[in-house]
Amino acid sequence: MIQFYNVSKIYPNGVKALNDVTVQIRKGEFVFLVGPSGAGKSSLIKIIFREEMPSRGQALFNSKNITRLKGREVPLLRRKIGMVFQDFRLLPQKTVFENVAFAMQVTGSSGRAIRDRVPLVLSQVGLKDKAGVMPSQLSGGEQQRVCIARAIVNNPVLIIADEPTGNLDPDTSWELMNLFNEINSKGTTILMATHARDIVNTMKKRVLSMTGGRITRDEESGVYSNES
Amino acid sequence: MRKAGFTAMNLSTLSYYWREAFSSMFRNAWLSLASVGTVTISLLILGISLLLVMNAQAFTRSLESGVEIRLFLDSGLSRVDVRDMERELKKTPGIATVEFISREEALEEMKKNLGDRQDILEGLEEENPLPDAFRVKAEKADNVPALAAELEEMKGVDQINYGRGMVEKLLAVIKWVRLAGGGLIIVLGVAALLLISTTIRLSLFARRKEIGIMKYLGATNWFVRFPFLLEGMILGFTGAVIASAMIYLGYISLVNRLDEVLPFVTLVTDRDTLLVVIGGLLGLGVVVGILGSAFSIRKFLKV
Repeated sequence: MIQFYNVSKIYPNGVKALNDVTVQIRKGEFVFLVGPSGAGKSSLIKIIFREEMPSRGQALFNSKNITRLKGREVPLLRRKIGMVFQDFRLLPQKTVFENVAFAMQVTGSSGRAIRDRVPLVLSQVGLKDKAGVMPSQLSGGEQQRVCIARAIVNNPVLIIADEPTGNLDPDTSWELMNLFNEINSKGTTILMATHARDIVNTMKKRVLSMTGGRITRDEESGVYSNES
Repeated sequence: MRKAGFTAMNLSTLSYYWREAFSSMFRNAWLSLASVGTVTISLLILGISLLLVMNAQAFTRSLESGVEIRLFLDSGLSRVDVRDMERELKKTPGIATVEFISREEALEEMKKNLGDRQDILEGLEEENPLPDAFRVKAEKADNVPALAAELEEMKGVDQINYGRGMVEKLLAVIKWVRLAGGGLIIVLGVAALLLISTTIRLSLFARRKEIGIMKYLGATNWFVRFPFLLEGMILGFTGAVIASAMIYLGYISLVNRLDEVLPFVTLVTDRDTLLVVIGGLLGLGVVVGILGSAFSIRKFLKV
């Protein structure tokens, strides 16, 4: 599903964020992306999402070359990918329902499709009763559930989560990980950048470890780090 | 089935565009008002100068058909001389019509003009002091001064008479109205454009996070852009409607008042001309609004 071939990314200010990265992620996988801040995790995600272009190398998504997409094809790529952020990025003046519906509105779905689909997704993430509530009235874990609902509402083939539990306590984090696991078990590929050592070590998923812009370790059923 | 879904999609997207445009307009109510006001003032001035120029032009056109040059002839010319002169005048370029007026006819005309007081002229039939004359009409008012100068040199012409000064002044006034109106319109048009683009920029800035999220969710640029273009268009159009209404009502009442006070001054009032002016103003308002917001949007779309 995702293929990187010798991808490097050098920002205009000279920072070398990715250095000759070659990696493949297959459909249906659950992959943790670990490593210290500044190791290149975000740049890797941004290239998949076509927010940044690689300076060198090729990146493919669903056998399509991301680097060769035309400007108007970028929205179509992004509709196949659900994004979950550490800071949620919900619209504060819209209700939970409207926030999730917004993702469908943006892609031009009909009002009926939105009314049918959104409650389904909200109950899937366990927020059936919170549809009319404003995000500010929700706990962090609940807000992240809204963000997940928004990410899956358009049936994406891939979910990219950038430190989704970074602002949450351990119990809440585990609840969310179960939710991600559930989504993954239905066939959606998940790529998750994280610093949550316990979660990575317990879940026994594929782990890509990055240091200094390179992938330094790639293990099935891996752990957060080999030290200790 | 599929078609119904397609229509529904457009409807929901369309209603989304309008809701967004209006809510953002009311969020920056004061700036929206300022934009509308600037558009109104610019278009008001544009409309007024347009009407001024149009009326001035209609006036010159009526003058053009009215301005005539009188050639008073030397006394003692023979009939043959006069006929030769008439033939020569008719060949001169720039002349529309030539008419000979004998001294007898001239006296009759003068009597008619005096009406009740024609007793002043009594006894003049015996010794008519008036000369024979040609009444020449030029094809264009602009040519009258030059033509008059040329004809004055003609053999057999004693004196020449036309609305000297009047024609030149009128032409100069029209030129100035056009220049000043044009300059003002450009300045105010730019001001309106800038204000609308500032209004849109502010609402864009207030919503840049939202725009970022929209782009993350896979919104096309057009989806993001459209509500803002719509907002600019509504602002421009509203200003244009106000300006058009003011100009229309003001002009109609001016025409009516003038009709009472100065019945011999006729203004352009035909429906088609006024419709063209009003339609032009409305169209311009919309264009200014759309351009103004288009300027601002470009850089906010790079996510």
